[in-house]
Amino acid sequence: MIELRNPQALVDYRQRIRAAADPQRRRIRVCDGTGCRALGSRKVLVCLQDTLREAGLADKIEVVPTGCPGFCELGPLITIDPEKIAYNRVSVDDVPAIVAKTIAQGEIIDGLVFVDPVTGQTIIHDNELPFYTKQMRRVLELNSEIDPTRIEDYVAQDGYAALSKALHEMTPERVIEEVKQSGLRGRGGAGFPTGMKWHFCRQSPGDVKYVICNADEGDPGAFMDRSIVEGNPHSVVEGMIIGAYAMGATQGYVYIRNEYPLAVQNLKIALQQARGHGLLGKDILGSGFDFDIGIRVGSGAFVCGEETALMASIEGKIGEPRPRPPYPAQSGLWGKPTNINNVKTWANIPLIVRNGSAWFASVGTEKSKGTMIFSLVGKIRNTGLVEVPMGISLGELIYDVGGGIPGGKEFKAAQIGGPSGGCIPKEHLDVSVDYESLTALGSIMGSGGLVVTDEDTCMVDLARYFLAFTQEESCGKCVPCRIGTRAMLETLERICAGQGREGDIEYLIEIGQEVKRSSLCALGGTAPNPVLTTIRYFRDEYEAHIYDKQCPAKVCKGLITYEVVAELCTGCTVCARNCPVDAISGEKGQPHVIDPEVCTRCGVCEALCNFDAIVMH
Amino acid sequence: MDFEPSKLAETIEENGAGASLISVLEKVQARYRYLPREAMILVSEQLGVPLSQVYSVVTFYHAFSLVPRGKHTICVCTGTACHVRGAVQVLNRLETKLGVESGETTRDHEFTLETVNCLGCCALGPVVVLDDEYEGQMTTRKVDKLLKRAMHQVGGER
Repeated sequence: MIELRNPQALVDYRQRIRAAADPQRRRIRVCDGTGCRALGSRKVLVCLQDTLREAGLADKIEVVPTGCPGFCELGPLITIDPEKIAYNRVSVDDVPAIVAKTIAQGEIIDGLVFVDPVTGQTIIHDNELPFYTKQMRRVLELNSEIDPTRIEDYVAQDGYAALSKALHEMTPERVIEEVKQSGLRGRGGAGFPTGMKWHFCRQSPGDVKYVICNADEGDPGAFMDRSIVEGNPHSVVEGMIIGAYAMGATQGYVYIRNEYPLAVQNLKIALQQARGHGLLGKDILGSGFDFDIGIRVGSGAFVCGEETALMASIEGKIGEPRPRPPYPAQSGLWGKPTNINNVKTWANIPLIVRNGSAWFASVGTEKSKGTMIFSLVGKIRNTGLVEVPMGISLGELIYDVGGGIPGGKEFKAAQIGGPSGGCIPKEHLDVSVDYESLTALGSIMGSGGLVVTDEDTCMVDLARYFLAFTQEESCGKCVPCRIGTRAMLETLERICAGQGREGDIEYLIEIGQEVKRSSLCALGGTAPNPVLTTIRYFRDEYEAHIYDKQCPAKVCKGLITYEVVAELCTGCTVCARNCPVDAISGEKGQPHVIDPEVCTRCGVCEALCNFDAIVMH
Repeated sequence: MDFEPSKLAETIEENGAGASLISVLEKVQARYRYLPREAMILVSEQLGVPLSQVYSVVTFYHAFSLVPRGKHTICVCTGTACHVRGAVQVLNRLETKLGVESGETTRDHEFTLETVNCLGCCALGPVVVLDDEYEGQMTTRKVDKLLKRAMHQVGGER
């Protein structure tokens, strides 16, 4: 590895990499993120390499494993350069045709290109896909362009230019000023101005300071941070080095979930490469500034996403939060001044330093600048990762970018911010997606999880689901969160089981507000949000459960029954043999009967019936 | 794998004297698939951390287990996207078929069934992971197929 001892060495290195690669060369980019891997992209990648070798093309055409471009719904995804031909749902069986037709003759294969489900139009090039054209990809831009395990790819795309600029052309104060002026706010959820936070840490007295990257992405249904660390780890590393220089820190840590093995692996490789090139460690780029980064892998506790709990965990203790003040900027990791930012916040830093604060702030609303990354999941056509300008309307995000609701169903609500957030119903689809507007509706911006629900989703069940999650993840240190969330969960479970009582709704509101007000950390402070917002916007569903003993979406087990349609039943006995509680009886060849007293509503019979003879009421 | 104190001492040394308690415990667990009592005592002595603190850490984090785990892990994602797409039915089916509840290990020590809050491959929900192999868009029927294959593999190993 070449050690870069000064800014010019970096510039020369970049020019050498660029000169060696013809931008018009043919190459195949294959998404190698966790999502596409689960769909078999690794096999496609290996098969492409083998097939090219057999065709004698291996040294002419490069197969590049890249990070996640975001369109997970259609994976495995591959893109063929220089035309940027986008193929989706590629399987090993398609590979021979891709090599023989597209690679050898430039011919497009019909079955692999994207067909717009609304207009029926065929779209060949990835930069023309509506899913991408409606986005503004800044942080995610390089995810689909570079091999995350090759520092050369990142450097070629102006990687580490911002670091070089900060170290050699800017004072630490100037860097902080630039971040302040950009208006960047913490992307972990709370939205505190990043420049202010850095300023407090810089001002705090002490020779030892730490910076931490919070990659403990625990919200279920969110994978923005995972995709960035997996797909472009150097952007996070570069951001952290710049931040450390600005605040005067000498050591950094990335705290990352153990459920993200590929992200951990790619980050390790990135750190080794950065060290090998003199971009991390002693005397970075000849500036005299020393800084290094270590990885700490979380052990499966949601509360460790809270900054004080996270620091306790790095120190080897149990991840319990502590009261603030003192804030980490005064007394953080091992009692030293510490700055913690989310993955997305760090990944924005090199862009701000390189392009200037004005460039960053040219997008967004008055108080929310730049772009925000969401993971769109649930009942939405284009499941995946999207980056949009702050201030986009929720409707545009769900319909134009997300493609709307599949199966002709009707949109019901969007749950933003995971278990800490709240739902936003269809009457507020025109809300501007920014910190203040979402808070005004009882939700939060959060870290970027966005779950879409449709008419088949029971909002009471969804609230129960999120509360069951936070209740289980409550560390138990403070009473409001430990007891309050349990009391709320018990009430919700009762309502879902068909045993709701008059006064339950008022009780949930009262305890919910108290838990929010008096919990020690943000876990408890936000846990009631899903319950309070679903009551605010879908009170009728709660009332249907409590007073009419009905679940309008037919989800809650205690309020539904399964029945055999005698005319359709052939008496094949599949249901009776598979019923875990022997609730189904009947002679072979004769219609069967379900005993509602014994039935646990597990739904196995309905799923296994070959004749659609079992219906739910 | 049986517990060998000498190997454990090596593991601890590899991490250096100032190693984080959690990192060491993660390595021990990766080796034995659980944390034997003797191992926790040794970690406590070697790192100079009170045994009570080791125990509190082990019982606080989900990743640690005090009881031996199966050779294979079947993990059901119960993240939001998987939940709204029917992860509960998938989990129920696995519990019925394996005869264990989530978090438990089959009697023959072959399979441990567990849940995870989100694996971040939400487009594929419901997701089940057998060891390192991801299976997407799971249904009750696909669970049966997956188990058949897993049992077959186990049979082959013997």
